[in-house]
Amino acid sequence: MLSVEHLPVLVVVISMLSSFTILIAGWLNKKSCCFISFATILIQFIMSLFILHHVTTDGPIIYWLGGWSPPWGIEYVVDALNAYVLVLLLFLALVCVTYSKRNIEHELPHQIVSFYALFQLLITGLCGITLTGDIFNMYVFIEITSLSAYALIASRGKIALKASFTYLVLGAIGACFFLLGIGFLYAITGTLNIHDLSLILPSYYENRAVQAAFVFFTVGLSIKMALFPLHVWLPDAHSFAPSEISALLSGIIIEVSTYAFIRICFSVYTVDFITRYVPIFDFICWLSAIGIIVGSILAIAQYNLKRMLAYSSVSQMGYIMLAVGLSTSTHSPLWGGLNPALMHIVNHALMKGCLFLVAGAFIYKAELWDIADLKGLARKMPYTCFGFTLAAISMIGVPPSVGFVSKVYIIFASLDAASAGHPAYIVFVAVLLFSTLLNLVYFWRVVETLYMKGEDIHSQSVKRDELPLSMLIPVLILAALCIIVGIFWLIEMPLPVFDQINALFGLGEYATS
Amino acid sequence: MIAEVESLTPVIAILCPAIASILIILFGKWPNIREGWTMLAAVLQFLIVISMVPVILEGNIIKCIFFTPFPGVEFGFSVDAFGLVFAITSSFLWILVSSYSIGYMRSLHEHAQTRYYFCFAWAIFGAVGIALSGNLLTMFIFYEILTVSTYPLVAHDQTPEALFAGRKYLAYLLTAGVFFLAALIITYHISGTMDFVNGGIPNLAAEASRATLMVLFMLFLLGFMKAAWMPFHSWLPTAMAAPTPVSALLHAVAVVKAGVFGIIRVVCYIFGVDLMHALGLGLVLISIAIFTIIVANLFALAQDNLKKRLAYSTINQLSLVIFGVALLTPAGIEGAMIHIPFHAFMKITLFMCAGAIMVASGKRNISDMAGIGRVMPVTLITFTIGALGMCALPPTAGYLSHHLLVHGCEEAGGAISYFPYILLIAAILDVMYFFPIIYIAFFKKPEGGSKLKEAPLFMLVPIVITATCSIIFYFYPDLFYMSDLVETAMSSLNIGGGVHP
Repeated sequence: MLSVEHLPVLVVVISMLSSFTILIAGWLNKKSCCFISFATILIQFIMSLFILHHVTTDGPIIYWLGGWSPPWGIEYVVDALNAYVLVLLLFLALVCVTYSKRNIEHELPHQIVSFYALFQLLITGLCGITLTGDIFNMYVFIEITSLSAYALIASRGKIALKASFTYLVLGAIGACFFLLGIGFLYAITGTLNIHDLSLILPSYYENRAVQAAFVFFTVGLSIKMALFPLHVWLPDAHSFAPSEISALLSGIIIEVSTYAFIRICFSVYTVDFITRYVPIFDFICWLSAIGIIVGSILAIAQYNLKRMLAYSSVSQMGYIMLAVGLSTSTHSPLWGGLNPALMHIVNHALMKGCLFLVAGAFIYKAELWDIADLKGLARKMPYTCFGFTLAAISMIGVPPSVGFVSKVYIIFASLDAASAGHPAYIVFVAVLLFSTLLNLVYFWRVVETLYMKGEDIHSQSVKRDELPLSMLIPVLILAALCIIVGIFWLIEMPLPVFDQINALFGLGEYATS
Repeated sequence: MIAEVESLTPVIAILCPAIASILIILFGKWPNIREGWTMLAAVLQFLIVISMVPVILEGNIIKCIFFTPFPGVEFGFSVDAFGLVFAITSSFLWILVSSYSIGYMRSLHEHAQTRYYFCFAWAIFGAVGIALSGNLLTMFIFYEILTVSTYPLVAHDQTPEALFAGRKYLAYLLTAGVFFLAALIITYHISGTMDFVNGGIPNLAAEASRATLMVLFMLFLLGFMKAAWMPFHSWLPTAMAAPTPVSALLHAVAVVKAGVFGIIRVVCYIFGVDLMHALGLGLVLISIAIFTIIVANLFALAQDNLKKRLAYSTINQLSLVIFGVALLTPAGIEGAMIHIPFHAFMKITLFMCAGAIMVASGKRNISDMAGIGRVMPVTLITFTIGALGMCALPPTAGYLSHHLLVHGCEEAGGAISYFPYILLIAAILDVMYFFPIIYIAFFKKPEGGSKLKEAPLFMLVPIVITATCSIIFYFYPDLFYMSDLVETAMSSLNIGGGVHP
C-alpha cells in the first residue's frame, strides 16, 4: 500500500514522466496525447485530495528527496497552504484539459503533441512550486513553468510571438530578481532550505542584504503575478494564448506566484520581519488598490473580449494582493489573516477560468474575438452564454456568488484594519465598492450584447449551434461552482484549513503581540 | 409576549416561483403548460403566504434560519406582520398580473415569452424574499436578485430605447445596491448585528458618533434608490419602456415598494423612531419626501404618454409613504405601512388599464384617447376608480391612507401640523392630471366609431378585480387581513404617541 508520505513527490514525478511519455506516444498516435494528459492530471488530482485530507487531519507531510537530510538535500514540505493550492491548481488543470481536447484539435491541429507535452510540463512546474520546501528548487520550478508558458503562448504564431516575447523578457527579469534574492540569502545563511532559513534568518533581520533580498523577491514575484504597475506583459499574453492556457494563466499561474510570495513572506521571513523591518505591506495595499481601479478602467476601454478579461485579471490580482497586504493587520477569526486572500484565489480561478473558456468557445465556433461581434449569440449557444452570465454576475459581485463573498470579506478586513491602527484603509472600502460598478460596466456590456442585441429577434427559427459536450461541461461546471462555492463560503467559513494556515504563520486570531 | 415559531413555510413560499422558473424553461415550447406553471406557482405562493397570517396575528414571529455566515448574522427568514403585508400584496397581485400577462403578451405577439415568464418568476422570488427576510444581509441578497432579474424585463423589447432603459435601470439600481452593501457592512461593524429589531438596534446609538449615524442613514437612503425619491428617480419613467405587465407589477408594486419597504425597515427596525428623533433625521426625510411629492406631480402634468404620467404619479405616491414614516408618529407610520398595499392595488389598476388601452386600440398618448371611454367602458371605469384613489377621494382605499397621514401630521404637532396642506396641494395636482384623462376619455367625441372593443378577458378580469379591491378596502380595510396586520406591526413597534419638538 502506497503511503501518503510519498504522494507529494509522486505528483511531480508522474507529471514530468507523463510529459515525456506524451512526446513518445504522440509520435505513434496523435489522439492519445489528450487522454494521457487527462489521466495523469486525474490521478494527480486524486492524490492531491488525499494529501489535503492527510495534511488537515494529521499535520504536515515532509519528504526528503533521495533520502538526503534537509540542509543538503531537497525537502518537500506539504502543509495546509500547499495542499490547498495544489488541489485548486489540479482541479482547474483537469477542467482545462477536458476542454482542450476539441479546442486544440480545431485551433492547433499540427501541434497537438507538443501542446500536450508542454501543458504537462507546465502542470509539473506549478505542482513543483507549490510542493517544494527548498527555495532554489522553487526557482527551478518557476523557470520550468515560465518556459513552458512562453512556448504555449507562442503556439498560435504571428502576433502571439510578440506577446510571448514580451512575457519572456519580463518573466526573465522577474526570475533574475528572484534568483538574486536567493543568492543574497545563501551568501548570508549558507542554506537554501526554507525551514532552515526561517530558523537562521531572525538573527540577521537587521542586515541590509537580508532586507534587500526580501525586496528582490517581492519585485521578482510582482512581475510574475502581474501586480500593477508591473502588469504590462499580461494583457497580450492572456489574449493571444490558446483559451485553455489563458484560463490557466489567469486562473492559476499568477495565483501560484502569489502563493510563492506568501511562502516567502511568512515561511522564509516572518510576520515580525514584515511588520517591523520592511513594512512593505502597506505599500502593496495601496498599489493593489490603484491596480483594482486602473485594471478595471483599462478593461472598459477594450474591444477584444479576451483582452478585456485579461485587464480584469489585473484588477482581480489587485483584490488578492490587497487581501494579502491586509493579512498582517486583521485579527478576526473570520476575515482575519490570509482568509480573504485564499478565498479569492479560489474564487478568481473559478470565475476567470469560466470566462476565458467561454471566450474560447466563441473563437472555436465562429472566430469571434470582438465584443461587438457577439450579437445575439445567446440564442445560438444558450448554455454557453448562461455560463458566461453566471460568471459575469459573480465578477460584478451579485449575491450569493463567489465574487460577492470575496468582496464582503475584503471589505470587512479593510474595516478591521482601519479600526486597528490604519485609519486610511477605510479608502479601500470605497475602492472595492467602486470597482463593483466598474465591473458592472464592462461585464454587462458583454451580457447585453449576447442577449439583447442582434438583427432577427422576432424570427422564431434560430439554429442552435452549441458547443460539443466535452467543452460545454467544463464551462458549466465552473459556472455552477461560481454560485455553489459562494454559498459554501457563506455557510462554512471559517474553514479548518484556513485556520491551520493562519495558525502556521501566526496570522489573524493567532497573531502574537 | 412575542414567541418565535420555527417553520419552513417561508421557504416553501419563496421556492414556489424558483421551482416554477425551472419548469417554465423546461416547458418553453408549450405556451399553455408554461403559463399554467406560472399561474399554479402564483396561486400556491399566495395561499402559503396567507396561511402564515393567523400565527402572525397572535403577535408571533415565524423564523427559519439556514446558516450563519457571520457571527450574529443569520441567513434566513423571519416573518413579521409588516413583512407579511408586502408579501401578501406582491403574491396576490402576481396571480392577477400572470393572467394579465397571458392576455397582453399573446395579443401583442411578443417575442421571447419564455424568458419573460422566467425572469418574472425570479423577480417575484426576489420581492417576496425581501418581504420575508429577517435581517439586512438576507434582504440585500434578495434585493440584488430582484434588480438583476428585472433587467431582462425592462429591456424586453430590445429596441435601442429599451436597451437604454435597461442600462439606466441597472446603473441606478446596482449603484444603489453598492450603497446598501456599504450601509449594511457599516451597521454590522458598528453594532455587530444586522437583524431587524422592533424599535431599532439597541446599541446603535451608543457605539457610533452622531456624524457616523447621519452618514449611515444617507447611505441607506441612497441604497433604497428603488423608492425613486428625487433626484434619483429618473430610472423609473425610463423603465416604462418595459411591457405593461412589467410596469404594472414591478414598477408599481414589487421593485419600487421594495424600496419604500426598505426605508420603513431602516427607520423603524434599524435606527428606531427614538434615534431618528434624536438625530433629527425625520426632518431630512420629510424634506426629501415633500420635494419629491410636489415636483413629481408637476412633472406628471407635463407628460402626454399615459405610462410616463403614471410613472411620475408612482414617484409621488412612493414619497407619500416616505412622508408617512418620516413623521415618526404612530398614525404616520401606520399610514405609510397601509399605503403600500393600498397604493399597489390602485396603481396596478391604472397601469393595467393603460396596457389594455394599448392592446385594444394601440394608443399610448393621452391626447389620442378622445372618446375611448365609449369604446372601452369597463377599462375606463376601473381607470376612474384608480384615479380617484390617487387623488385620495372616497370611496377608495387612497382616502384611508391619506386620512392616517393627516392624522399623523397632527400627532407630530408643531410646524408639521400644517403639512396636511401640502398633502392637499399634492392631491389637487393629482386631480389636475388625472381628471383630464377621464374627461378626454368619456366626454370628447371619438375619432372613429364608438363600437365596443374591450381588451381580452384575460386582461379585463384582473383589472376589474383590483379596482373592486380598491373600493372594498375603503369599506372593509381588513381584506387580506391588511389592517389587522398593520395594527399588529404597530403594536409590536410600540411607538409612544404624542407631541415632540
